Amino acid sequence: MRHPPHRSDLNYLGTTPSRRQLVMAGTGLAAWVMLRPALAATDDLAAAVSGYAGGAAVTTGKVKLDIAELVDNGNVVPITVTVDSPMTAANHVRAIAVFNEKNPQRDVAKFTLGPSYGKAQVSTRIRLATTQQLVAVAQMSDGSFWSHTVDVIVTLAACIEGDT
Amino acid sequence: MARTLINAPATAKRGEVIEIRATIGHPMETGFRPGDDGKILPRNLIKRFSCRYNGELVFSAELFSAVAANPYLAFHTVALESGTLALTWEGDNAFTQTESLTLTVTA
Repeated sequence: MRHPPHRSDLNYLGTTPSRRQLVMAGTGLAAWVMLRPALAATDDLAAAVSGYAGGAAVTTGKVKLDIAELVDNGNVVPITVTVDSPMTAANHVRAIAVFNEKNPQRDVAKFTLGPSYGKAQVSTRIRLATTQQLVAVAQMSDGSFWSHTVDVIVTLAACIEGDT
Repeated sequence: MARTLINAPATAKRGEVIEIRATIGHPMETGFRPGDDGKILPRNLIKRFSCRYNGELVFSAELFSAVAANPYLAFHTVALESGTLALTWEGDNAFTQTESLTLTVTA
């Protein structure tokens, strides 16, 4: 006598997608959906940095991006970029740029330094929409690019109403 | 005219590195933020800042939405000779403002 498959029936597990398979497929899909925006943001940041360098190699070092690791108020965040450079006519910093990972726009600020700038340091105040990575990039007079990446945690975000 | 606050030495020795700190009163509206009516507020940014020392460009900055309201910048230059420092802010809605200060360089 044939009867409809029952949960306790061993054949049932063999013939239709098992519950385990369904659960795993669901988890995989959820992980993919969650990871995709995060990866995209990091890629955007890397693209912004390499775009600024015009495809030239960007080496870690020489640059120091000073920012509080834990930011209480994302509306006003003081930052200071210092570059290890003698600032002579032959060897000086030509430009400094700061990029972010998760604000609506990757660019934060770009600075151009004259040859008689004297001290390779720039300070400003910025906005941070959320906990994210920041990158400072410096271009030397010999054309080489140097960078420093910092992770910051933001407790009160800038433009909360505007964020989705 | 927006209010500005500029902090720079009035005198310096020749060859000394001086720091100039400048702030300007400006909302730096990002263009990403909805207002009370739910509509996106139009962008109103200062996009460019420059400092000329006796006409020569010593420092310039391109600013984006991520720069805080009332943008503050601190930068340096070497005191070469007595003259003027002209600080210019330019932005959306044809915003432009220039402030000049004199620097006396002593031997």
